[in-house]
Amino acid sequence: MSVAEQMTEAPVLDQSEGYVTEDGRKIGAVVMEMKNITLRFGGVVAIKDISFDIREGEIRAIIGPNGAGKSSMLNVISGFYIPQEGEILYKGSKRPQMKPYEVARQGIARTFQNIALFEGMTVLDNVMTGRLNHMKTGMFQQALWKGKAEREEVENREVVEKVIDFLEIQNIRKTPVARLPYGLKKRVELARALAAEPSLLLLDEPMAGMNVEEKEDMSRFILDVNDEFGTTIALIEHDMGVVMDLSDRVVVMDYGKKIGDGTPDEVRNNQDVIDAYLGVAHD
Amino acid sequence: MFYREAGDFKTSYVDDNQTFPIKFDRYRYYAVLAVAFGVVPFFINDYWANAVLLPFLIYAIAAIGLNILVGYCGQVSLGTGGFMAVGAYATYKLMTAFPDINIFFHIILAGGVTAIVGVLFGLPSLRIKGFYLAVATLAAQFFLVWLFNRVPWFYNYSASGQINAPERTVFGQAVTGPATEAWATYLFCLVFTVGCAILARNLTRGTVGRKWMSIRDMDIAAEIIGVNPLTAKMTAFAVSSFFIGIAGALFFAVYLGAVEVGEVYGINKSFLVLFMIIIGGLGSIFGSFAGAAFLVLLPVLLKNLLVGTMGWPTDLAAHFELMIVGALIIVFLIAEPHGLAQLWRVTKEKLRLWPFPH
Repeated sequence: MSVAEQMTEAPVLDQSEGYVTEDGRKIGAVVMEMKNITLRFGGVVAIKDISFDIREGEIRAIIGPNGAGKSSMLNVISGFYIPQEGEILYKGSKRPQMKPYEVARQGIARTFQNIALFEGMTVLDNVMTGRLNHMKTGMFQQALWKGKAEREEVENREVVEKVIDFLEIQNIRKTPVARLPYGLKKRVELARALAAEPSLLLLDEPMAGMNVEEKEDMSRFILDVNDEFGTTIALIEHDMGVVMDLSDRVVVMDYGKKIGDGTPDEVRNNQDVIDAYLGVAHD
Repeated sequence: MFYREAGDFKTSYVDDNQTFPIKFDRYRYYAVLAVAFGVVPFFINDYWANAVLLPFLIYAIAAIGLNILVGYCGQVSLGTGGFMAVGAYATYKLMTAFPDINIFFHIILAGGVTAIVGVLFGLPSLRIKGFYLAVATLAAQFFLVWLFNRVPWFYNYSASGQINAPERTVFGQAVTGPATEAWATYLFCLVFTVGCAILARNLTRGTVGRKWMSIRDMDIAAEIIGVNPLTAKMTAFAVSSFFIGIAGALFFAVYLGAVEVGEVYGINKSFLVLFMIIIGGLGSIFGSFAGAAFLVLLPVLLKNLLVGTMGWPTDLAAHFELMIVGALIIVFLIAEPHGLAQLWRVTKEKLRLWPFPH
């Protein structure tokens, strides 16, 4: 049996209880399962009959050439696009059709390919918006401020400050986001997503447009987040080195179809992936 | 030298969340409040009250209201005049229907009525944005003015079609009607202005404010992190209209006393308040005050200068005044597009370093 044939089969993993990675991290059961997702825009099929799962505590990468449908896939997960066919199982139950803000309330946070920060607000306010779903005071109490609203603000501020410490952006806390350089904006966006204490974190090209140093920083943060908080992470990335180093399992897409799924090593040796994505002749 | 944050350490998040985190700012704010409440009422006369202070205080409330909608939530509105009219007519109906209840509550209730109307006319904002929304709110402006002109129930079937504020007292002192004293009307408006400003500040520094600003800066991202755009936009319309309604009510009941809706609450009023917040600074409570002061004071100053000092004929001065105000607005917006609030911020940055800027 050739290497390519091995790869088209399901990855060799214990399907029910999870597995232990080489570096000893325990990966749990499936949190999110995509079943036969098809997404069309008019005549264009962006995603064609794709199924894969994301396990608790793992770093799951989605890769593929430009236009493969990776970002569309992430948008389906975060509720921004509604697939025509297929279903999404989240924490064991089928997820009904939801608005993006309802998905956010289920504990799914994300960052964007093109930074989507609130430019007119300070870093602190941006990160505080990540806590919105944890803040319950009504408008009238907030108008009066003293009492419940102030207490809640302080409690959430403490969580936010932990995230700010964690990502080492203390010194720019009160700076308006519009003044920050690109690399820091990316970090602030990660901070905003982390402040929500998500159970599933989606990162859309977290390292796009960064230099090597910034990429190293960002990789370290992603690994630390996964390690310290046990956050499940699904990420899209073009930098192969980064993807292969960071992720536990990789889904490969091309032209809206899934052409590979497995550990980085398995994917790296997959004939279809090599042909479609890495573009290296194989003889 | 005058403006120092060095050595002013915060040891709790409560301290850090204050409206005026810098000591100097805080004391200046207390000083302004003390003068406004404790000194001005003893020296005020009718001219100062009617030409300067009352319009300033009332327009400041309207500007805060519009700033919440346009500056904080990013929804452009040209319906301010119409919403002010709702506040005025609601107060009038309440004053005449329940004469025993204190006018203070009537004005608050009128704000509530305006909030409901504002939410109704804000519904299109869920589908349309920017200039198109501005046109939709323009419809509110014309419809509301038409409504108050054409339905006699609103002006209690009076022959003139006007509404006149009957005399009402607070703590035994008349605040509406013909026999008011300057200090009483001034204090009455001041209480509302300070109250509204504090409420607005509290709302904008907390969760609600952050929701509004996130919708303003990037509505798609806001939705993905969990902001429900429906409630965020509708609360902005409600709160904004509440303040604007209070401003309209005070403008009618306390300031003018008698109102003909098309003249007082026409489209000009909408533009005036919009100019105030653009000149003052979008997304700033201080900017609302600054813009209101600028547009209320500038004509008065010019009039005094041209007619009083230079002895021009009144009609010529009136025309020149319009041209000068218009030109100043243009010059000003080119020089500082982010308004007086930004100018103030820059000044503070400089003061922080003065006199050793290096």
